[in-house]
Amino acid sequence: MLMLNTALAVAFGCVTAAIGLTVWRLLIGPDQPDRILALDTLYINAIALLVLLGIQFNSALYFEAAILIAMMGFVGTVALCKYILRGDIIE
Amino acid sequence: MLDITLSVLIILGALFTLIGSLGLVRMPDFYTRLHGPTKATTIGVGSLLIASMLYFSTQTNSWSLHEVLVTLFLFITAPVSAHLLSKAALHLRVRSVVEPPPLMTATADDSEFTTAAPPLNPSPAPQPTAHHSP
Repeated sequence: MLMLNTALAVAFGCVTAAIGLTVWRLLIGPDQPDRILALDTLYINAIALLVLLGIQFNSALYFEAAILIAMMGFVGTVALCKYILRGDIIE
Repeated sequence: MLDITLSVLIILGALFTLIGSLGLVRMPDFYTRLHGPTKATTIGVGSLLIASMLYFSTQTNSWSLHEVLVTLFLFITAPVSAHLLSKAALHLRVRSVVEPPPLMTATADDSEFTTAAPPLNPSPAPQPTAHHSP
């Protein structure tokens, strides 16, 4: 169990650093697609963090949140891309 | 044995996630930046989900299949969103480190294609004026 706990601690550090880097790109991103890509990466990193939290606290509840974030994040990315492409989301 | 497998999968997934976000920050232009998150992060989250599936299957002595849903959804939607993002970037003519391919517009006789190339590289991306392209 000690090995798993160490691995979990290292993984939490890595994913948190990844979220920090993504937020940095979200802030400095020169164009609109850069920011959308940063948001896309951010929700995938959030899913990774939720899965890790589920293992850490030994609770399956986190998966419902992960599934919801996966669906809503995809819809958000598609809506933003459609807005750039067509100037309208629902035509 | 299970501990070792779980630890390796978790470390691998977290490292891939970190590498994907590092590529997002370090790459020089948008089209190369698109590669990092959409591939590395998908593999990273996939390996984390496999680890979680193993963990909960052994904890409760029954199959835990919630993770398959997340994996399936991510693996289906990641290429679609990457494709849409690249289409949006091409629409905005986002600056690239290489010369992007010229715009292809069909002329009257449909065998001929002419290149209508707006000034591409050094100028900033123009804002789209006509929203509904024909």
